[in-house]
Amino acid sequence: MRTDEITITPDSVERHYWMDLWRYRELFYILSWRDLKVRYKQTVLGLAWSVLRPVLTTLVFYIVFNNIAKLESPGAAPYILLVFAGMVPWQFFGNALSEASNSLVGNSNLISKVYFPRMIIPASSVITSLVDLLISLVILVILFIYFQYLPDLKVLLLPVFILMAFIAAFGTGLYLTALNVKYRDFRYIIPFIIQFGLYITPVGYSSAVIPDQYRLWYSLNPMVGVIDGFRWCLLDEPFYRDGFLISLAICLFFLWIGIRHFRRTEKSFADVI
Amino acid sequence: MPVITAENLSKKFVIAHESRERYTALRDVMARGVKKIFSFPGSLWSGSTSRATKEEFWALKDLNFEINQGDRVGIIGRNGAGKSTLLKILSRITPPTEGKVTIKGRVASLLEVGTGFHPELTGRENIFLNGAILGMSRAEIRKKFDEIVAFAEVEKFLDTPVKRYSSGMYVRLAFSVAAHLEPEILIVDEVLAVGDAQFQKKCLGKMEDVSKNEGRTVLFVSHQFESLRAFCNTGVLLANGILASQSSLEECIEVYQRSTNVQRNCTYTNDDGLFFKKMILKEDQIQIGNSITIKIAHSLKYNPNNLIIAVNIKNEFGETITQILNVDNKVNSISKPGEFNIEIQNLNFIPGIYNIALWVGFDMINEIEKIDNVLQFEVSNQNFSDRHTPFSKSLKTFHKSKWESF
Repeated sequence: MRTDEITITPDSVERHYWMDLWRYRELFYILSWRDLKVRYKQTVLGLAWSVLRPVLTTLVFYIVFNNIAKLESPGAAPYILLVFAGMVPWQFFGNALSEASNSLVGNSNLISKVYFPRMIIPASSVITSLVDLLISLVILVILFIYFQYLPDLKVLLLPVFILMAFIAAFGTGLYLTALNVKYRDFRYIIPFIIQFGLYITPVGYSSAVIPDQYRLWYSLNPMVGVIDGFRWCLLDEPFYRDGFLISLAICLFFLWIGIRHFRRTEKSFADVI
Repeated sequence: MPVITAENLSKKFVIAHESRERYTALRDVMARGVKKIFSFPGSLWSGSTSRATKEEFWALKDLNFEINQGDRVGIIGRNGAGKSTLLKILSRITPPTEGKVTIKGRVASLLEVGTGFHPELTGRENIFLNGAILGMSRAEIRKKFDEIVAFAEVEKFLDTPVKRYSSGMYVRLAFSVAAHLEPEILIVDEVLAVGDAQFQKKCLGKMEDVSKNEGRTVLFVSHQFESLRAFCNTGVLLANGILASQSSLEECIEVYQRSTNVQRNCTYTNDDGLFFKKMILKEDQIQIGNSITIKIAHSLKYNPNNLIIAVNIKNEFGETITQILNVDNKVNSISKPGEFNIEIQNLNFIPGIYNIALWVGFDMINEIEKIDNVLQFEVSNQNFSDRHTPFSKSLKTFHKSKWESF
């Protein structure tokens, strides 16, 4: 049998960080599996819940913006597809962010009793939301069939934008969940961020309606790049490169700052949680 | 061959006195910040707000020890001596502040029974979940699955959510997963205190088999000397975060028992306390069945009518033997400001050292202050009974009896 030697010093967590994360991958699978399983077990509607949420919200947007406020889709795609293509990544982001930010506090019993790389917990809750995203994509396919709309080959690039949404949610989630351990009132701020974000993100409208001189600033919101990307490869909307690059940069910046903050504070999680 | 080597191991906690909650609210931090801005530097107020905030506390200080392969080490010490902190450092849950530990081999720690058990999941699912949390691989769990189930005696309920389990079944299943862990080093906190005695024995037996036959090292914290004696061969005694003794288990237990006898406090001052300021115990040694009187000076200025004051009496194993509340005596408010007396009558405890913990709060839920191990008293058996052998440690109370026409 291979005997591995560990040295525990005040900063030992820092040194084997990424190796440890790899070593505990099995726990990561099983925690994600638990989150999924529990999620669909405890609710009456189960899976239907992840179908109903985006569909109903999209319908509301359709009625309010298209029928009442007379907002139109700028391209060839029907307005409802435009909204849904934005709603899918947005709801993923919103769910992932709120689940991730509460994940550490929700698993406090694990954190104070067992060692494992703490990053597993927020990561597995983001993964759980990814499953919802996949379900919504199935609905999107159904909508495409209904409207007899065929996306072109660019659709193969969709995983890139899903990954970008993942990074945006994971980075921000890491930062917020670490803050939430110390300052419990952050949990009240997160729903507010998500609600507010829905309006400053092009979910109910196309980002083409933003005046050109503000568009670069507008792209500072990382989800703008993600949603534009979704619409570009699904609905063939024009691609605004500079804005996308800014969004991507902000995404990566959030990921970096999230990981940095998380690693700085995670040592004390067991003591303060 | 030493498998665990600790050098100058220390752990410091910083206690914030301002917040009674365990966590900080951002709201408070901001409020404090605003206060700081508006207070004039050098004035009376600015100094006092920041001074009262933090106090350092060394839970462990300069621990040096070695543990050899195959040792079964019993870790003993009073509550707050640093046992749990030591286990948490060895299990890597919390990092030390200073010093270093070298561990050779895979460590599994069992600080709680059924960590991560999810009530909505079935027994089968929880075995996999709990096993993974304790560090077993899926292949390993699959290999031992039948054994675990048979050991826990829950075959029939494998596909029932554990929320429908009886508490006995729940504990059995949780233990069973833990008992099948096979790391090179096993760290066990006082988890065996729950569960029925017979099953406990079965678990201890299983762990003993594993450690004896395969040379595994076990670190075991318990207040129950019986199970320590049955299981361990060496001991480590901690006192106030310092290594007081490392030798054979018997020697450690002896030192421990001697030290608890000497430290008997009859007064306790708590100047920083929110409520409890000074406690005086009028008698430190009583006969079985007699009463004690505690005099408490407190800082309460007004007189709320839903105040609950609790006195917990614990034995030397840390088990709470009884709890006395003010409402038991139908007293709901404090009549005289500043201080009051509590007389606790008929203490029918077996001879030994007892600790008093105090609690105060509103409505049993909103805690104001809790202080542990403030006062000690001894219940003695002078001229009370003619027993020639000491009372068994598992006994709790003693009662006067009449033997007619004997």
